[in-house]
Amino acid sequence: MFPPREEFLRVLPILIFCGGGTLLMLLQPFLRSRTAFSLLALAGSLTAVVSVGCSAAHPGAAFYGLIGSDPASVFFEFLVGAVAFLVILGSASYLERESLAPAEFYALIFFAAAGMCVLASAREMLTAFIGLEMSSISSYILAGYRRESPKAAESALKYFLLGSFATAFFLYGIALLYGSTGTTVIAQMTPLAPGLLPKLGLALLLIGLSFKVAAAPFQLWTPDVYEGAPTPVTALFSAGPKAATFALLLRIFVEMPLAAGEWTRIFWILAVITMFAGNLGALLQTNVKRILAYSSIAHAGYILVAFAASNEIGVAAVLFYLLAYAAAKLGAFSVVAHLGGAGEKRIELDDFAGLAQRQPIAAAAFSLFLLSLLGIPVTAGFFGKFYIFKAALASHLIGLAVLLGVNSVIAAYYYLRLIIVMYMREPKEETAALPFPGAVTTVLALCALATVYFGLFPNHIIAFASNPRLFGH
Amino acid sequence: MTPQLIVFFVLAALAVLGAVTLIAARHPIHSALALIVVMVALAGLYLLQGAEFVAAVQIIVYGGAIMVLFVFVIMLLNAGEEERTSLSRIARVAGIPLALALSGFLAAAVLRSSHAAAQAPVTAASTRGLSMLLFREFVFPFELTSFLILVAILGALVLAQREN
Repeated sequence: MFPPREEFLRVLPILIFCGGGTLLMLLQPFLRSRTAFSLLALAGSLTAVVSVGCSAAHPGAAFYGLIGSDPASVFFEFLVGAVAFLVILGSASYLERESLAPAEFYALIFFAAAGMCVLASAREMLTAFIGLEMSSISSYILAGYRRESPKAAESALKYFLLGSFATAFFLYGIALLYGSTGTTVIAQMTPLAPGLLPKLGLALLLIGLSFKVAAAPFQLWTPDVYEGAPTPVTALFSAGPKAATFALLLRIFVEMPLAAGEWTRIFWILAVITMFAGNLGALLQTNVKRILAYSSIAHAGYILVAFAASNEIGVAAVLFYLLAYAAAKLGAFSVVAHLGGAGEKRIELDDFAGLAQRQPIAAAAFSLFLLSLLGIPVTAGFFGKFYIFKAALASHLIGLAVLLGVNSVIAAYYYLRLIIVMYMREPKEETAALPFPGAVTTVLALCALATVYFGLFPNHIIAFASNPRLFGH
Repeated sequence: MTPQLIVFFVLAALAVLGAVTLIAARHPIHSALALIVVMVALAGLYLLQGAEFVAAVQIIVYGGAIMVLFVFVIMLLNAGEEERTSLSRIARVAGIPLALALSGFLAAAVLRSSHAAAQAPVTAASTRGLSMLLFREFVFPFELTSFLILVAILGALVLAQREN
């Protein structure tokens, strides 16, 4: 009994990422040139992005309903594919500068992306678990890819130990849910008997996933891991796994009969402590990578506000926000990856002083991404925050909306400080400009384009995300 | 009390005892040995449920391969007795009541829902049922697992290979 052809087409992006990663591994002993691997990886990830269209053209369940293609999975697979493509495009020059092996690096990115696509399209918990593990284990290895750097080792070890701990919570949650519902299919999880067991299972699941999206109080690993990992990998971490994990969380809380209603208060609390943990933590930092790491904690908090609202605008807001956030974060980290210079030694705030005179275009692009993260109009980040506000107000969460506003004001301090340093402050010592290679410039241009385009025309995405049949069924 | 029930309680007590020793023991090798007891006791419990394949795999993979790996790593690192820090004391003070609360809570929940759970069909216990599940319904995650293992192998290569 071989599954019909459409079922393979529905999961084509996953197959291409898995196959591409394997191919890169097989070619590793034979190809010597870095360019060949970069081109191959670029072609592979581009094919995967294009194949999302194929998955979109064949909506429906595949492989006994364990996985499937629906508008939500298509959206997130596209996002993950685009993130992988841009990270690969931006990391070729980085790998060469740090003299790191390209084949394994790209293969790991492929497998991580495959795992994220599984997370985004799984309709059953065990499949989602394998996806989560694929993405996580690849991430642990990528975090420690600069083997001679002690910070990278710390980053990988911390991520691995805490991540495995979180995975255990997730798995225990699945076990309890299976015990109390008799199934692992998300949409069929109705408790066999009333009681606290399914709620405990769901709570454990939430703990595991909160760790992966860096939500407080499970966010302590984030700054160290983000700082120690190679910066292109940090870009991947902040955009990819976060989007895929939120996709799963969204699916659980939209589809699972168990998860209806009463979780609002929990998300309320999670959102508030996450926003404050991120924004207050960022105020004290002088390392640009750490500032951006704390800012990604804060952004997880903003997205959790939409979860607390738990209405249709909230779902659309989560999708839009993740897109806007991915473009801005990817762009910002690409700038840092390049300007950090050999060994990533120049990533302190002072190193960015006078950047506007040295490299006006880079400074302008970086400022644009920071303003989008801050949520200034004409950037995508503005509409992201706007729709989250709208969702919170539609559910009468006035207090939460106010706290979101307060946090945006706190965040303004450290984003604007960075911009002021670039434009107003004189550099302490004379530093040479580091011209951007073409590939990195392309990444920045694409991210800036997305940031401005969705900052002017958010309607396409919102209309797409407001589809009542976003999650299959 | 049926013989099955007696065997169950003996194995369950052994598993719990092993698990407590695993956490309480100071020397890692004692912990590893206690873990073997847990694994074997669990294998017995699976056998009691009629899941002979899972029981065999439990012994071969967990009791055998993984434990050998644990013991090897402990010996290679020459790990001595673990140190007690002030943090681990706090963990004990907070952990014991939490663990007791969780087990009490789970016991209560299982007791209350045991009736409903007993009605749930158990198809996967037998080797035949399990293979049907693995190679038909769950073939997609099953195949994905091979990529997961590939990632782990790749990771070992990347992190441990000699600089060239």
